[in-house]
Amino acid sequence: MPKAKAKTKTKTKPTRAPSAGPRFELDRLDAVPALVGDHRDFLIVAGLAGTARDIAALTDDGRHTYAMAGAMGAATAMGLGLALARPDRRVLVITGDGELLMNVGSLATAAVLNPPNLSIVCVDNGYYGETGYQQSHTSLGVDLERIAAGSGIAATRTVETADQIEDASRLLREGNGTSFVLLRVKPTDPPAIRRIMDPAACRVRFRENLLGHP
Amino acid sequence: MAAKKAKNAQADGPRWAHELYDLLRENGVTQFAYVPDAGHKVLINRSLDDPDAHSVRLTTEEEGVALCAGADLGGGRAVLLMQSSGVGNCINFLSLVKGAQFPFLTLVSMRGDFGEGNPWQMPMGQATQPVLEAMGVVCIRVERPEDVIPSATAGITMAFKSGQPVAILLTQKLIGAKKF
Repeated sequence: MPKAKAKTKTKTKPTRAPSAGPRFELDRLDAVPALVGDHRDFLIVAGLAGTARDIAALTDDGRHTYAMAGAMGAATAMGLGLALARPDRRVLVITGDGELLMNVGSLATAAVLNPPNLSIVCVDNGYYGETGYQQSHTSLGVDLERIAAGSGIAATRTVETADQIEDASRLLREGNGTSFVLLRVKPTDPPAIRRIMDPAACRVRFRENLLGHP
Repeated sequence: MAAKKAKNAQADGPRWAHELYDLLRENGVTQFAYVPDAGHKVLINRSLDDPDAHSVRLTTEEEGVALCAGADLGGGRAVLLMQSSGVGNCINFLSLVKGAQFPFLTLVSMRGDFGEGNPWQMPMGQATQPVLEAMGVVCIRVERPEDVIPSATAGITMAFKSGQPVAILLTQKLIGAKKF
């Protein structure tokens, strides 16, 4: 063992091959809008913190969005309930790595039912940005696309480079089963935006917009 | 064996459980979410057999709270079936229900209650109602078969007409204590 150790010792930093590991290089400010595309194609449920702000910025705090600021871990199951209730509409869940990890079993729950109108995006920056950028599991080896695939979601993608966005964006719209896209981004701040934080007001406006009554 | 069981689901179990399923369906509930529990066997099997309902297996009960909220966003109705131990898993998500004033209906089969023989069930069983009430959930305890339908009817009205969070507690006096 000591011999091997001496052998690998080198003064120059080894350059990592592109395939050596996850690449957290895209900027969420560009990549999230590019991936979601025309947001009016979806009813949107956003998890707390970063993705709530991504979506509020993209949709101008739209009435077809329900973006959380608490209930961490609720986004996927909430989107599932909405998708089952509205088979006539496409539902997009967009959430962060930390939020999804908190209830990662909800991927299994969604996969078993496999509603064709449910698409899930995880914006994975490998950090808990809202609480001061502590490292999350996903920058320490946990791969949420593999967990989604292992849960039984057949249509999954990882997007790490700009040229992978178009295909994934199409998948979110055209899947004939539940789809999952892991969007790896740099650990940088989401858009700064003020949005309505009253969860009851957001419920009422979502229902009024969709159903015509509160 | 499982298929045979499902086929016979209509015939198995207490009459009140079948009436309860029919009542929920008549009131527009189409999503039945659960972590399996013997106390909810009839409702679970009926939902599995029902082509017009979604039978949603959860990995943890809190998913069911979020699912019910999502159904409401879409104009649908869901119910969460869980054992009392699952109530403990739901606490933070009940802030979604309380804060956003989502209608919420859960049927809780009690453990750690009347005649419990498993000491592991006692702490959460005894804390179930205080915990629910601390999160603003109205609790209706049911101890007799003839009270199931009137209590569930009241709960459905309070949840879906008044927009309240309601838990129907199916006590061990009603469903019996598991033998140990």
